[in-house]
Amino acid sequence: MTPGGWPLGRWRSRTAAAAVLAALAGLPLVAPTYYLHLLTLTFCYGIMAMSLDLLVGYTGLSSLGHAAYFGVAGYTAGVLATRYAIGFWPALTLALAAAVIVAALFGLLAIRATGPYFLIITLALGQIIWGLAYRWVSMTGGDNGLRGIPRPLLGPGLHLAEIRPFYYFALIVTALAAGAMSLLTLSPFGLTLRGVRESESRMRALGYNVWLHKYLAFVIAGAFSGLGGALYAYYNGFVSPADVSLVASANALLMVVLGGSGTLWGSMVGAALLVFLQNLISGITQRWLTILGAILVLSVLYAPQGIVGAARALAARAAPRPESRRAPVPTAEPHP
Amino acid sequence: MARTLTRRALLTRGALLAGAAACGLGTLRSLVYAQGRAPIRIGFIADITGTVAQSGRDMLDGFQLYLAEKGSAMAGRPVDLVVEDAAGVPANALTKARKLVEQDRVHILTAPLLASEGYAIRDYIAERNMPTLFAVCSADDLTQRKRAPVIIRTGWSSSQPSHPFGEWVAKTLRYKRVATIGSDYAFGYEVVGGFQRTFEQSGGQVVQKIWAPLGTPDYSPYVTQIRRDVDAVFSIPVGADAIRFTKAYRQYGLKGRIPLIGGGVLMDESLLRGMDPADAEGTITALMWSAALPTPQAQRFVAAYRAKYQKDPSYYAETNYSGAQWIHAAVEHIDGKVEDREGCCGPSAPCSSPTRREVRCGWTSTRTSCTTSTSAKSRSGAAMRRTR
Repeated sequence: MTPGGWPLGRWRSRTAAAAVLAALAGLPLVAPTYYLHLLTLTFCYGIMAMSLDLLVGYTGLSSLGHAAYFGVAGYTAGVLATRYAIGFWPALTLALAAAVIVAALFGLLAIRATGPYFLIITLALGQIIWGLAYRWVSMTGGDNGLRGIPRPLLGPGLHLAEIRPFYYFALIVTALAAGAMSLLTLSPFGLTLRGVRESESRMRALGYNVWLHKYLAFVIAGAFSGLGGALYAYYNGFVSPADVSLVASANALLMVVLGGSGTLWGSMVGAALLVFLQNLISGITQRWLTILGAILVLSVLYAPQGIVGAARALAARAAPRPESRRAPVPTAEPHP
Repeated sequence: MARTLTRRALLTRGALLAGAAACGLGTLRSLVYAQGRAPIRIGFIADITGTVAQSGRDMLDGFQLYLAEKGSAMAGRPVDLVVEDAAGVPANALTKARKLVEQDRVHILTAPLLASEGYAIRDYIAERNMPTLFAVCSADDLTQRKRAPVIIRTGWSSSQPSHPFGEWVAKTLRYKRVATIGSDYAFGYEVVGGFQRTFEQSGGQVVQKIWAPLGTPDYSPYVTQIRRDVDAVFSIPVGADAIRFTKAYRQYGLKGRIPLIGGGVLMDESLLRGMDPADAEGTITALMWSAALPTPQAQRFVAAYRAKYQKDPSYYAETNYSGAQWIHAAVEHIDGKVEDREGCCGPSAPCSSPTRREVRCGWTSTRTSCTTSTSAKSRSGAAMRRTR
């Protein structure tokens, strides 16, 4: 578990990221609009999955309630836009603030637990939000959901009504969010989180405030999940309790695991895979759930590190790293 | 061929005369559309997996039965039915609608089962000007406060059967005091609301209302709350809840003491398949259709459906069968020119323009009698009557 910090690798991953971005930016020129829809959905879910990876892969906290912040931001943006006709930027800000506040409150309750207990507490907290969305009918529309959220007007003449402008906007937001999260994982804060994941007691012994680090990671992850949710609400034009349900949270976790936890970009790959598989296979056969399940089982059996993890392992086998770049092997030899 | 040409010319001339100014080039363009054998594509958003899979399957079966009976052809054009599974999730329904409209370029869309799914696709289809058949999805607002010209509801709205039922219960059954118990979401409120409105207008009184969450695993706490001094219990638990509710109703000894009445989906055929006959016996419910309907058309449909699928048709199947009939009637009326949407109901000519084509049908399922008119103002022009 060495952080990929060698200079050539970072340069390479940056080139790869730039190439992917360029490809995605050029896509609307050739791809049918339906694929842009699926990609935009991927971006929304991808931001949520990446933020969840901050918790699962980097901090070692598996949350089963991550859709709560996604939904809180989505509902906040929706309520502000439909009931109070508030413009895009202030509504987005308030939506993110709502997600942060909820994450900050829930974090106080959840962070004290670890492992399966953390899983159960986050699940329960997520169900609270689901219950609110479902039963607070006067505010959320209940089971019918909240519909009629207008596409954002970014500024004069910048109305994202059509799918192509919205796709570009979502792409930019996603790239910025992914970049920010990527920087976070490489920062001293991110490295500390990895330390917490490996051994809490050792980090505590080294003088780190483990609780605070975990708490901040939880809140930051909630904020990014909220960003995905707000984007999603503006894209789809509606939010419903299904978007904050346990299934939605489990899907996010699935995206992280499928893509490869602790790889950040892998979560985006996992989100893309899940969105595309679900929508493409279900067009071919009614047994799509069975096929999806089989793929998940196979990937867990044969690629337990996720798709990105498996790809990295394959690449490493194909081209072994030069001797000098290998992680130093600790030796018992006495120093001269 | 010559006959088709004359008929088309007649129809379009009427439209041209009535609305040349409003329609402009749009109608002219429709004249030169190639009328070959290109298939009519119908997008079917089905819920064949997930929580409502049983009823969703019935919907698809009903629609496909009609197409099979007509050899999958309408107005001389073959019909391609593109089925997409939304699994009862609103966001999926929207994604599937986008796929069907933008990828498959369907000419007509059919809406999925749940109200939440209907609301999810509502803005999209309105914005895309995509005629969509709502055969089951019954949320009141879709044709009331949130109505749109492209929403064609041939099924029902939730409170609709409850309205005459409330009056009938008060006047014919002569019940005075009724308790209600229903699923705690919009559909339940609308069904109970319709009943309460006409029941109380006719002199009755709803003395107690109980709401149980959707998917209540055990109905005993709710059944035991029911007041024993009422004349009847009006209930509308949805889906598998209905089976659990009726079981609890009998187990707690209310059956036989207080008559059970309710909304139609309480005793829908799709549920009767899994219900204990002793639980169901003697319950009176109101819906626009039942497999027991004695009209020859309904019985012919029931026989055909049983022969093909080895089960009794539920109303989900019937509304989709008759929904397909409606689509057929509309397609025949515009002589198969399903591409002609822009010209007469689009940005260049809003749907309120005099050239808007209207199809008005009588409310008797499986015996659709439709009056179609090319123009609201000059209805005499191309008005005709179809009875199947």
